[in-house]
Amino acid sequence: MTKSFNIVLAGVGGQGTLLAGKLFGLIAAKMGLDVKVSEVHGMAQRGGSVITYVRIGERVYSPVIEPGAADFILAFEELEGMRWAHLLRRGGTLLINMRRTMPMPVAMGQAEYPDNIIESILALSEGGTSVYALDAQKLAEEAGSVKAVNFVMTGAMSHFIDIDKALFYEAINDLFSGKKAALAEMNQRAFDLGSAIIEAK
Amino acid sequence: MRDLKEILLGNEAIARGAYEAGVKVVSSYPGTPSTEITQAIASYDRVYCEWASNEKVGLEVAIGASLAGARAMSCMKHVGMNVAADPLFTVSYTGVSGGLVVVVADDPGMHSSQNEQDSRNYARAAKMPMLEPSDSQECLEFTKKAFEISEKYDTPVMIRLSTRISHSRTLVSTNEPLDQKLIPYEKNMQKNVMMPAMAVKRHIVVEERQRRIAADVSNDSLEGLISIEQGSNELGIITSGIAWQYVKEALPEASVLKLGMIWPLPIEKIKKFAAGVKRLVVIEELDPVIETELRAAGINCEGKDLFTLQGEYTPSMIREALSDNKNPASAFDKSALPLAPGRPPVMCAGCPHKGLFMALSRLKAVVTGDIGCYTLGALNPTNAMDVCVCMGASIGMAHGIDKATDSEMTEKTVAVIGDSTFLHTGINGLINSVYNGSRSTVIILDNSITGMTGHQQNPATGRNIRLDPAPAVDLEALCRSVGVKSVYTVDPADTDASRKVIAQAMKEQHVTVVIARRPCALIPTGRGTPDMVVSLDRDKCTRCGACLRIMCPALTKGEDGYPQIDPVTCNGCDLCVRVCPFDALISGQATREEEAKS
Ligand SMILES: Cc1ncc(C[n+]2csc(CCOP(=O)(O)OP(=O)(O)O)c2C)c(N)n1
Repeated sequence: MTKSFNIVLAGVGGQGTLLAGKLFGLIAAKMGLDVKVSEVHGMAQRGGSVITYVRIGERVYSPVIEPGAADFILAFEELEGMRWAHLLRRGGTLLINMRRTMPMPVAMGQAEYPDNIIESILALSEGGTSVYALDAQKLAEEAGSVKAVNFVMTGAMSHFIDIDKALFYEAINDLFSGKKAALAEMNQRAFDLGSAIIEAK
Repeated sequence: MRDLKEILLGNEAIARGAYEAGVKVVSSYPGTPSTEITQAIASYDRVYCEWASNEKVGLEVAIGASLAGARAMSCMKHVGMNVAADPLFTVSYTGVSGGLVVVVADDPGMHSSQNEQDSRNYARAAKMPMLEPSDSQECLEFTKKAFEISEKYDTPVMIRLSTRISHSRTLVSTNEPLDQKLIPYEKNMQKNVMMPAMAVKRHIVVEERQRRIAADVSNDSLEGLISIEQGSNELGIITSGIAWQYVKEALPEASVLKLGMIWPLPIEKIKKFAAGVKRLVVIEELDPVIETELRAAGINCEGKDLFTLQGEYTPSMIREALSDNKNPASAFDKSALPLAPGRPPVMCAGCPHKGLFMALSRLKAVVTGDIGCYTLGALNPTNAMDVCVCMGASIGMAHGIDKATDSEMTEKTVAVIGDSTFLHTGINGLINSVYNGSRSTVIILDNSITGMTGHQQNPATGRNIRLDPAPAVDLEALCRSVGVKSVYTVDPADTDASRKVIAQAMKEQHVTVVIARRPCALIPTGRGTPDMVVSLDRDKCTRCGACLRIMCPALTKGEDGYPQIDPVTCNGCDLCVRVCPFDALISGQATREEEAKS
């Protein structure tokens, strides 16, 4: 059987979901597979809830991932992880960055940021569904930049996905080819830290 | 194994297709989801491209280029087509010399738009062919084909995109560009000067052209614009664009006719397909454009009786309507999880609009709004907007309020409009207000960029699309030159001073303009530096929460109740410093200045 992956990248505008989506696009092309990456541009990018869909397979039609069809969700923020958790299929893997960014209605006192998001999700997960919470921001800072959260998250998921790690490295290099070699190195470091934290668990 | 391909946004693929087709001139006005097309064109050195001041101008530039014998293109979002509609309808009559392609991107689901209009209605109304790609590869191929059709049939050709096509990356194989030569110019008044006597004759040509194109698609002499996959004869689907992808996902068994050209429709071919299936369903997002035509042609079909007129479609929706196949099962039941509060977009840290809207909020002004990042001023915490319709409308609406109320509301009313929007169509409104003796007040929010659509240059920024220096419109001088007697300039970060000037301007008996000038915090001239980051004096802070109420993304309430400043996001605009009643927030710059003094 050929490989096929549905990956959801969920976060807050400005967290780098677009770049991570591009990374998977490059990887799929290297694997000789079809791929579609659906992005959010415009209004929602201004600090709104953003979601990028990546679909990889022999032949991909819809660029959007339906509820229950995601193999992986990489949530860059807790609330966004919960908002999109229903996209995960039974037996899929949800990775959550343990960080909270208050949406405006919460900061205005008109809504509550739910407590115990990760606990609530864990309590509901069953039948081979995996949920992992990690402090990706701390690891990104360790790697050299808070902006590398997306690569920490990708490194963490690389542990579960049937894609050769060498392809991730190649794709990171390609993303920052040319003048940005130092960025490639830093993001690879972030990727490795993400990968290592899961191994340690 | 496939050969290595590029992974391009639909928009980037349109640009690539135009480049490969040898396009010479591209003139567009930005608008989500169409903006990246023209931005990508700018990376091809041999193509002349520009940001036009509005869509109508952009299309007119492309018409001129086509007349001069070059392949030309203009791109816009769906509502931009309304602005460009005047030249659009008549260039259908004149036809082209060099190929002329108009790209229009719809936004079903309104990810970034003020309405959900379906541009396919324009193809029908303006009587010109419209192609609709379903992925990036087709974006590239259809763009090349559009130029060929344009020249072959002497017609402008439209390409219709939707957000999911524009903003999805899919694999694309690319080719080398054609070396397209200018078609020598020939004066032809009968064809190009649309006065009644000439236009009457051209209308006949237009109707004949539509019939010929539809017939040529039907009899396959115009290839690659229709594909039929023969499946079960129980169910036949007619669809196009992104909806085709959803159909393939949801109904693998069905027979599917995919339209690459959605206007004019190849009715003969569709009739044959219809005859071979027991049940025929049209699946199209938004308006029943195809369905209505089929019904008018006597083809029995279903469509909007099964599917909504609103928003984007999904495979699940199609499965539920037409198949016994089950939708995938989720790992989590959404209703069992705590309710997720919404996360609407907000003004960025350091956004100059924020201070201005805080001033308007304090003034309790009636605000006629306009379209741009500043439309977020309508949301919390300022709620300082009363109406927002379309680009440029704020100024005319304020004048209308002035006249309707015999100036009674005028002292309380202001129009707010961005720099790009002002030059797009706001200036027309201002000329009208002055001419007709308005007493209204207009605030131009000059952040030196077209922010909302992702930071494009405009005629007031001093740079062109390739960031080369360009003449910059002097907004103060422009306003004075159309007869505005009072033009004030304020710094919106200084909320109090801005408020006082605006309050004064609102009292004046003639049109006044207040220019609130401070660059967008996301562009180099507006970006803060690490030494500008605000800090907190915990001894002075009473945890009153005043700073948190400005809703700056860089300020959050810490677990101990004290505000926390995110040094990465803080732009040093000092708005929080100004609202703090206890001087507990310390401006980064101030510290530096003090250090310099000591
Ligand atoms: C007719 C039309 N064209 C394009 C758009 C897309 N659009 C929305 S806001 C905007 C420009 C905003 O720029 P500006 O007025 O400078 O305000 P800013 O976002 O920088 O605050 C554009 C082009 C639109 N809504 N309508």
